[in-house]
Amino acid sequence: MASKVQVPAKTQESSPGFTYSALIVGWLVPGAGHVLTGRWIRGLLLFVSIAAMFWLGIAMQGKLYVPNTGDVLDMLGFAGDFGNGLFYALGRILDLGHTPVQLATADYGTKFIVVAGLLNFISAVDAHNLRIGRKA
Amino acid sequence: MFAPSHFTAVLLFATFASVVFAITQRSTPKAMVRYGAYCWVLFVGSVIVASWAMWLIKR
Repeated sequence: MASKVQVPAKTQESSPGFTYSALIVGWLVPGAGHVLTGRWIRGLLLFVSIAAMFWLGIAMQGKLYVPNTGDVLDMLGFAGDFGNGLFYALGRILDLGHTPVQLATADYGTKFIVVAGLLNFISAVDAHNLRIGRKA
Repeated sequence: MFAPSHFTAVLLFATFASVVFAITQRSTPKAMVRYGAYCWVLFVGSVIVASWAMWLIKR
C-alpha cells in the first residue's frame, strides 16, 4: 500500500541532541517518542492504544514469549512481544502472562500482546522520522 | 480475567490498530481521521465477510 507520508528528507537535523532518542524512548514507553518531539496528543493516543492492547492481552491471560526456547514460532513471538519495551520487562518481572494457552480468549490475548509490540515498533520509527525531519 | 466475545475482541483490536495506523501513516489530523476510519471499516468488514463465508462453507 502506498504511503502518503514520504517527503524529501531535510538536509539538517530538525532539533539538536541525540538523533535516536525519540526512537529509543518511543520503544521503551509507547507514545513517549512523539511527546519528545512535541506531539502530545499523538503521543497520548498512541500510549492509550498500545498500553490498552498490551494490558488487555495480559488480562485475557495471554502468553508472554521468552527468548531462546529453540522454537522458531516462539522466537517470532518474542520479537513481537519485545516491541512493548518497558511493558514487556514489567510483565516478565511480575511474572504476568500465562505460558499454557488453554482458552480461546487467552489465544486472543497472546495476539493482542504481540500486535501491541509490533504497533509500538511502527510508532517508535514514526517518532524517529518526526525527530529527524523526514515526516512533518 | 477479561473474557470478551470474539466479536468484541475484533472491535477492540480494530480500534487500537486503526488509531496507531492513522497516526503513523498520515501527516495531517484530517487525513488521520479519514485513514483511521478506513482501516477500522476494513478490519471489521473483512471479519464480517469472512464469518459469513465460513458459515456458508459449513452449510
